[in-house]
Amino acid sequence: MNIAVELTKYLMLLMMGAYTYHAFRSALKKNKIYQDRSYRWMTFFIFLFHFTGYFTLYLQSPNSKLLFLYGMEVLVFILALEIYRLLYPGISGLLLRNMLMLISTGLIILTRLSFNKAVRQFVISAAALGLCLIVPAVMNKHDRIKKYGWIYGLSGLGLLILVILVGTENYGAKSWLSIFGLITVQPTELVKLLFVLCLASLLCENTGYKRICSATVLAGATVLALVFQKDLGGALIFFVTYVFILYCAAEKPLYLLLGLGGGSLASWVAYRLFDHVKVRVLAWQNPFGYIDKEGYQISQSLFAIGTGGWFGMGLNQGLPTSIPVVDSDFIFAAIAEEFGGFFALFLILLYVNCFVILINIALKSEDNFLRLLSLGFSVMFGFQVFLSVGGVIKFIPSTGVTLPLISYGGSSMVSTIIMFMIIQGIYNSGNKSAKVKAKD
Amino acid sequence: MGNKNRASNKAAKNNGGTEYGHRDKYSGRKTILSVVYIFTGLFVLMMGYFVYFLQAKSKDVINSTYNLRHDVLAKRVTRGMILSADGEILAKTVTDDEGNETRRYPYDDMYAHVVGRVTRGRTGIESTENINLLTSYENSPEAIYNDLIGVKNPGNNVITTLNHKLTKAAYDALGNKTGAVVVIEPATGKILAMVSKPSYDPNKIDENWDRLSEDKDNESPLINRATQGLYPPGSTFKVLTALAYMRENSDYEDFAYNCKGKIEHDGMVIHCSNNKAHGKVDLKKAFAKSCNTAFSSIGKELSMDAFRELCESFYFNQTLPSRIGANSSKFELKTGSSGIKEAMQTAIGQGKTLITPLHNAMIAAAVANNGIMMKPYVVDRIESAGGRVLKGYIPEEAGKVMTSSEADFLKSLMRAVVTDGTASRLKGLKVKVAGKTGTAQQEGKASHAWFIGFAPVNDPQIAISVIVENVGSGSDYAVPIAEKVFKAYFD
Repeated sequence: MNIAVELTKYLMLLMMGAYTYHAFRSALKKNKIYQDRSYRWMTFFIFLFHFTGYFTLYLQSPNSKLLFLYGMEVLVFILALEIYRLLYPGISGLLLRNMLMLISTGLIILTRLSFNKAVRQFVISAAALGLCLIVPAVMNKHDRIKKYGWIYGLSGLGLLILVILVGTENYGAKSWLSIFGLITVQPTELVKLLFVLCLASLLCENTGYKRICSATVLAGATVLALVFQKDLGGALIFFVTYVFILYCAAEKPLYLLLGLGGGSLASWVAYRLFDHVKVRVLAWQNPFGYIDKEGYQISQSLFAIGTGGWFGMGLNQGLPTSIPVVDSDFIFAAIAEEFGGFFALFLILLYVNCFVILINIALKSEDNFLRLLSLGFSVMFGFQVFLSVGGVIKFIPSTGVTLPLISYGGSSMVSTIIMFMIIQGIYNSGNKSAKVKAKD
Repeated sequence: MGNKNRASNKAAKNNGGTEYGHRDKYSGRKTILSVVYIFTGLFVLMMGYFVYFLQAKSKDVINSTYNLRHDVLAKRVTRGMILSADGEILAKTVTDDEGNETRRYPYDDMYAHVVGRVTRGRTGIESTENINLLTSYENSPEAIYNDLIGVKNPGNNVITTLNHKLTKAAYDALGNKTGAVVVIEPATGKILAMVSKPSYDPNKIDENWDRLSEDKDNESPLINRATQGLYPPGSTFKVLTALAYMRENSDYEDFAYNCKGKIEHDGMVIHCSNNKAHGKVDLKKAFAKSCNTAFSSIGKELSMDAFRELCESFYFNQTLPSRIGANSSKFELKTGSSGIKEAMQTAIGQGKTLITPLHNAMIAAAVANNGIMMKPYVVDRIESAGGRVLKGYIPEEAGKVMTSSEADFLKSLMRAVVTDGTASRLKGLKVKVAGKTGTAQQEGKASHAWFIGFAPVNDPQIAISVIVENVGSGSDYAVPIAEKVFKAYFD
């Protein structure tokens, strides 16, 4: 059995590496034949990787529930690949595959950490993938969608205020909302989408002084609401997204400098004012000095990553459960521990690949609303990955942010899938109009 | 379409903003490209940090005793050996035919404290180097193959700075007395020997655990007295008192005092040893004869703040600069809260001052090394099972604690202790020794005997610190032990 676990460890590293290689190759090579060939390899590696992961888990604890979960996942992956391509031939196959690869990595590590959570995560992902089938179609009507900027912004803000009033607290942040006691959702995740929609809509046709001021007030209120919930990571993500959308809408570097300068100042003030901010910075500067309390989580995370080394301990061979909140905010540490440092680097590269595809759509969009929308989503996605991974490896203070498409958490999963599908819609319509033009 | 144009024209007129349709496509591209660069830069920095962490920093991080993963590693690797600098095996793991592993310590209780143990709470080198012992240098195809088929790879070996001949001499010399001996190489800070008595046999730790941990006779065999024991320094502290006096009085060579065998202050009487009156003494004679009255009169005049500052620069009241965990020595004298009486007692090493034998050896070594104190260390290098050096520890300075002319003068004082003072027993040795004895008096119990010193005086190769608990004077009990260690090294 030891042979198998050790062997699959190296195999999965190779597959991840090969997948990432093809992802970059097909992002850079525009030749359709090469691209199709890469796509086929990528599909192959997704399923082989997914199989190897579950095979390793099954070897170590054979039970039929695991097989059933695996079977259902394979089914959903096949359906997702086939149906999306059938309905929307113009979407980015690369982005779709990256999404599935990340989801499958997440499901494998989650199954290893907690079978029940993995099942929940899978059901929510499957439902989200199904429901989001309509999203690209809706995006065809972007001329109408962009009219309701204020509605998006104000309803998002309203939702956050509702959470402050009646929300429940979890992991020190009051950002959960219980719906009839049945399920708890994190409205911040939905507000993320509304926030970008709102800013793109408000700033796409008008970047006059008055408009910028009113957009800033709205964005500022949203960020403050998050600070009020003690959701530091969320506040940071919203703020950075706002600054970059404004910068690209007005095309004035001054706004970027002002925004980042103001952000640094605000962070400093927050550091001086709030104890829970100071604690995070202390734990970052010297986690081992505060290992019994504030620095415990980050120390455990570094132990996990360090002990795993370059090649990892192998699935089920490490101790990732010793890290608090390992299944959501600190899942990157569990991946690094059991899959290894090289694998973790490939994973970061895969996220970079997603970011490049997303922002490339912004680069190509001729419609300003769609351009700002995809830019906003790219920045939001990229910055969230940066905060999450950076916090786990002690590059920056930990802000308690999930790793998109991998961390456990239904709300985050749904919002990220919707976000990807909105972008896919833009890509799809762009491809269609290009084809129409070519025919003309 | 017309409708839209009108709307945006209106917006443009009202606010003077950029209008959709007339947007400069080229500059829009440039803006977004700058965003791409910013984020790519962030990610590259982050990945660079990740690589740096794994490659350079993680080994030290995961060595922490808080890391629960050590036991996981133990399942894959056979714990490596711990060796002395001269190649003796101090700890090794033997595997029987059924694959059961036992940790063996060939020298039984001789190295128990410095090498440590693995069960009943890891201690010593077994604890600080745990990760290195449990890591296999696995780059060979054979190692990966072993990993695959589930055969354990041999862990890395730890080569210590310990010298077996010296350790054995110190161990034998201490005999069945309670105390500790530390030997340091002054120029590097290498610990050549560290022995603490009573000791225990780490091979039998499990069977004897109840008796050892209960400690009915209050002998505390589990404690490493060399690093954990805090003792009043007695007259060995006069090295620092003399240094403090030299710094405050540039005419210290003209120091003169008439010793009448005792000194009184406000109802407190301080005697010289055996009430002996030393008569007229200069600093060298006072030091050599360990004249308490001369030194406590010096203590009366010293600035408490300057004295405290000096001692703290010698690492009193702080963690010792070393990977070896040691207790912090204490120096309590302070302007305002301490009186003249306490100052007089502190000057002769009584008072509230406490020091570990390791720390006292570092002070002797700093004098020997022309005023430069080196960080003491006990692990010389890590080697793979095949003998490849994976990591070497290099000597590091803890600080220049005195000038070399101050060190030279202290050397001459310490040499006088041997030539015509309390350690004259060492005169007969082939090698020229310098040192200071100490007799730390205890209320109602026999004194602790101290000796600190180094040899040869002109080119010091070893510095030593000896303490024997509750026996009597340093001259009678500590000096003979130091003598045996010097003999073992130089003869």
